[in-house]
Amino acid sequence: MATVEARGVSKSYQGRTVLASLDLDMGEAELICLLGPSGCGKTTLLRIIAGFITPDTGTVHVGGRDVTALPPAARKMGMVFQAYSLFPNMTALDNVRFGPRVAGQAKTEQVKRAGELLDLVGLAQHRDKYPHQMSGGQQQRVALARALAVRPDVLLLDEPLSALDAKVRLQLREEIRRIQRETKVTTVLVTHDQEEALSISDRVAVMNGGKLLQVATPSVIYRQPADAFVARFIGLAGILPGVAEGAAVRMSNGTILPADAAVAHQSGRSVEMFLRPEHVRLQRMNGHVPPGALAADVQEATFLGSLTRVRLRLPELPDHAGLWADMPSEHAADFAPGQRVTAHWHETSPHVIAVEAAQAS
Amino acid sequence: MSQAATTPLRRDGVVHKRPASQGVAGLILPYSVIGLFIALAALFMAAPTVMLAVQSVTDDHGFTLKYLEALGGDNIVVAFRNSIVLSIASAAIGVVAGGLIAYFVISPAMPITLRSAVTSFSAVAANFAGVPLAFAFVSTLGTLGMLTQGLRSLGVDIYGLGFSLFSMTGLTIVYAYFQIPLMVIIITPALLALRTEWRESSENLGATSGQYWRMIGLPVLLPSLISAFILLFGSAFSAYATAYALTSGNIALLTTEIANVLSGDVSSSPQTGAALAVGMIVVMVGVLVISAAFSRRASRWHK
Repeated sequence: MATVEARGVSKSYQGRTVLASLDLDMGEAELICLLGPSGCGKTTLLRIIAGFITPDTGTVHVGGRDVTALPPAARKMGMVFQAYSLFPNMTALDNVRFGPRVAGQAKTEQVKRAGELLDLVGLAQHRDKYPHQMSGGQQQRVALARALAVRPDVLLLDEPLSALDAKVRLQLREEIRRIQRETKVTTVLVTHDQEEALSISDRVAVMNGGKLLQVATPSVIYRQPADAFVARFIGLAGILPGVAEGAAVRMSNGTILPADAAVAHQSGRSVEMFLRPEHVRLQRMNGHVPPGALAADVQEATFLGSLTRVRLRLPELPDHAGLWADMPSEHAADFAPGQRVTAHWHETSPHVIAVEAAQAS
Repeated sequence: MSQAATTPLRRDGVVHKRPASQGVAGLILPYSVIGLFIALAALFMAAPTVMLAVQSVTDDHGFTLKYLEALGGDNIVVAFRNSIVLSIASAAIGVVAGGLIAYFVISPAMPITLRSAVTSFSAVAANFAGVPLAFAFVSTLGTLGMLTQGLRSLGVDIYGLGFSLFSMTGLTIVYAYFQIPLMVIIITPALLALRTEWRESSENLGATSGQYWRMIGLPVLLPSLISAFILLFGSAFSAYATAYALTSGNIALLTTEIANVLSGDVSSSPQTGAALAVGMIVVMVGVLVISAAFSRRASRWHK
């Protein structure tokens, strides 16, 4: 395990900036996710850390050692690719012992180490199978074992679960977390799946347009997004544009909605109020809309198992970007599409971001 | 709905359903086309092969082995040896040189236009054989060829140094002219199928470029290389016009020997020609059997 520090890393291709002077620090034994939409630069950053791409500017230090100019083979890193990276002409065991083998270890040691790692990933009984004889999930487990066989300082995972089906993805991500905790290897995982990032990471680094927008724990990223992009990208949020007014936000129709976070903004400033579905409570309309609540129509109800997600239309606020409410499924029968309801929330729930910041990102 | 219409097909671990419209009627066209191909192969390959085999052991009085026994004659043995040596040499040169050219051409550092140009040229050059090719080489590397004269003016007399275009060495060079492009065409798809992830994984795990090729790249390519070698061997083994135009039959090859006994330059003997052709078939079958064994061993990881 080792620390990783990327300092002032930038990269451009034919005049197009892919990474813009980016700084990222990782602690020992930490698992950090690089999360962002396609083309945001997360894989480029990972490949710069791995040594497959040379940055235009900046440095990469691992355990205090400058590795910027070192080739991948000299960096002591293990890498798992998206898919199809196992050597097809080698069995699972031979794939895993490849690193120790080229390092010149004795064969008995190679086989012992490979056997232990296959055991760690639960594939000891598949050691003599070739890649094409294994499922996608098994192949990625072998790839993980192979990456760990060289006892890397840093483990790099480039969307290792993206080619797998949902059930296997869920199992394997839990396994990756377990193995990472057992081996205590500093790990960088690239993903565009926010659920995966939030569930597996110690910290999440949200990227967009070659920039790091926020690096924080999953909880902070979800509850206190640094800007509108992060708020929109992470989880589902209802967005209500308005004007800050003390501990509330005034809507375009004059409705004043409670939002303690609005006090951070100057009164009169244009803001966007972000509301997570789990914070929105619904009541069937009984004639009037209480202060601090919004009249809404149920547009759609989606059954998600224990929860039902209700999409709302706000007839008095035509400029809103949508509002959702989650509720226990046993109560969802009261909120069928077309039902008139009132939506309300606790004043501490909304996150409020100035519109300039929202537009900038 | 028929059973076939609902049966899921497994391909690469993915379940595909056969379209309902693809019933028995939908299979008539593909089976007809394949059947036609098999009929053509039987008519123009299998049937002549049987006829050759029969002809080689038959004379006016019935069954005889004299034509096959004639294959042990000195000039025939030389023809066999020359044909096999020439085919192996030109195929080996083609595999190595064509493989390297294809490898360099598809590397990411090369412009895509260069790849297109080399592929197009290869497609043409691989089919440029016979009298025009022989003439092109005589004009270039013949005793009065342009390159020969140019080198002579620089003080290098290649004929004085023992080279001759009209020798086995010369023939090998001429054959290499179509063998190398043929190899480029054959091996490029196999090289493109080598995944970047394998290279990067091996590099990441500490392997050198040499280790990558020795332990991953070449073993994965080996079945394709064996197949390519066989194709090139067959291409050279059956070539006739180029060799005849270049050497006028002065170098004994199986194909030119067959032509000689059929045309009756000395005496016409179709049965001897048939025996020679059977000998060629036996050599090709032998090469195919050996290569199939190697190929099976080389690709056992894919079974």
